[in-house]
Amino acid sequence: MAKWFETHLPKIVLAPSFIAILIFVYGFIAWTAWVSLTRSRLLPRYEIEGFIQYDRLFASPRWDTAMNNLYIFGALFIGVSMILGLILAILLDQQIRVEGAIRTIYLYPMALSMIVTGTAWKWILNPGLGLEAMVKGWGYENFTFDWLVNPDMAIYTVVLAAIWQSSGFVMALFLAGLRSVDTEIIRAAQIDGIPTWRVYVSIIIPSMAPIFLSAFIVLAHLAIKAFDLVIALTGGGPGYATDLPATYMYAMAFSRGDIGQAAASAMIMMLVVFAIVVPYLYSELRARND
Amino acid sequence: MTDVSATPAPAATSERPRGRSFGKIALRWLLYIVLGLFALYYLMPLFVMLTTSLKSLEEIRTGDLLSLPRELTFDAWRTAWSEACTGIQCEGVKPYFWNSVMLAVPAVLISTLLGAMNGYVIAQWRFPGANIIFALMLFGCFIPFQVVLLPMARMLGLMGIAGTIPGLIFVHVIYGLGFTTLFFRNYYVTIPVELVKAAKVDGAGFVRIFFAIFLPLSIPIIVVSVIWQFTQIWNDFLFGVSFSQAGTQPVTVALNNIVNSTTGVKEYNVDMAAAIIAALPTLLVYIVAGKYFIRGLTAGSVKG
Repeated sequence: MAKWFETHLPKIVLAPSFIAILIFVYGFIAWTAWVSLTRSRLLPRYEIEGFIQYDRLFASPRWDTAMNNLYIFGALFIGVSMILGLILAILLDQQIRVEGAIRTIYLYPMALSMIVTGTAWKWILNPGLGLEAMVKGWGYENFTFDWLVNPDMAIYTVVLAAIWQSSGFVMALFLAGLRSVDTEIIRAAQIDGIPTWRVYVSIIIPSMAPIFLSAFIVLAHLAIKAFDLVIALTGGGPGYATDLPATYMYAMAFSRGDIGQAAASAMIMMLVVFAIVVPYLYSELRARND
Repeated sequence: MTDVSATPAPAATSERPRGRSFGKIALRWLLYIVLGLFALYYLMPLFVMLTTSLKSLEEIRTGDLLSLPRELTFDAWRTAWSEACTGIQCEGVKPYFWNSVMLAVPAVLISTLLGAMNGYVIAQWRFPGANIIFALMLFGCFIPFQVVLLPMARMLGLMGIAGTIPGLIFVHVIYGLGFTTLFFRNYYVTIPVELVKAAKVDGAGFVRIFFAIFLPLSIPIIVVSVIWQFTQIWNDFLFGVSFSQAGTQPVTVALNNIVNSTTGVKEYNVDMAAAIIAALPTLLVYIVAGKYFIRGLTAGSVKG
């Protein structure tokens, strides 16, 4: 008995976590998938009715806005964060004296809660007393910067705050990548008289392809999950102008009492994440096992 | 952290023609100016939060965003800490701050300990299927939590811990396991399996090898895991807002309620003070142990 216990102890130790993950991740995903196929409203029902919730979802103008916002937000947030992160990393890679301090400053927003970031930017972008009022106070009476309360522009304030929060992190990723490039090749190129910018464009950046992919995955993942920032910055408004899939799901689940819609929208969010993460994880795990 | 000796020595540049070196110096200045401007951009919101929190409402209305307070006042901080209204209650962020502490500390410790043991088993006591289990756990890190919100709300109800701090601890432990296991598995996988074999020959068992050999070796990765989990849990809003009720809300939820409460005069200075209070613990951790924070951030995303 004691012998059996000792040989199986590793499995016994791992079992609770594994069972928990099976139930609370995979079981729960199955539950949500099931409920998304029913007529559930305030309370879950379990008779499968087909894809009615998805039909309702795709017919909903609010969901349409949420998905459009996700495209705009995702594209700009990922694109600008990557470009800005790469530029900052290259600038910081030039043997800067106070590199440690600068890096600390660039990266600290990542330690903040999105709610704090949202609160800060909500105050800065507030037209009455924030940036707009300040520039007006300098004598530019016609200056307007009302994105926060303008339904057509409000989603860009979310982009602005999100880039502020995450670009330093992308910088850190790229900087680590730049440092891991073989210095021998760079030195050889420099001896051959190749200008620095060409060394970056032709040698260093192409060799960092895996890091671009990692940064993309992390940022895409952040974009799809974006919830707190919208809640704190715009509350999804004006109207539904800055709704994202995550805020739509939350509204359906906890304030509208529409469990079917909440489940269907959560499933779509998960499919989007799957489409991005599964190929990545698969290649990672394969590369590790080889 | 900067290697001062790595900066180009003046002797090397003086060999070059005069014009070139002038251009180089100008370029260098430009580089520092650009880097400095970006530093100001990242610091600006923190600066604005801090100065706004130290101004009176009167000064906020008449002054501008970037000006320093003419008269320092800590009233907003006092109000934010113990008087500001989060809906109907007006006790400031203080009780919610302690909720977050009482929730984060056990959740961080439990998930780190479980992650360490899981990583130890997966990396050092390989058995058929261990890699599949690891892949399944890893995948759990990436799901959007919206997909588990509804069933979890019901499950917490069934377990009798809905709307309680133990309920939130439970949720954070479960969904933190993937990451903590990943940290420790990747750390332990670099330790040669011969170590375990040798210890077994000497008669040490599974438990003793873990506590006597592996845990003492793991200080750096424990720090990474604790910091990562603490930052995640302290900054969490989605679970906090979904699974708490009046009285058990974490500080992020309370902050959002203070800022978005529609009753009475909008006190921006109080909002900013409350935001800084909510941010202080993770900011402090970042300043004290930034290196480990970055390692945690990059552990899941950089290969190798």
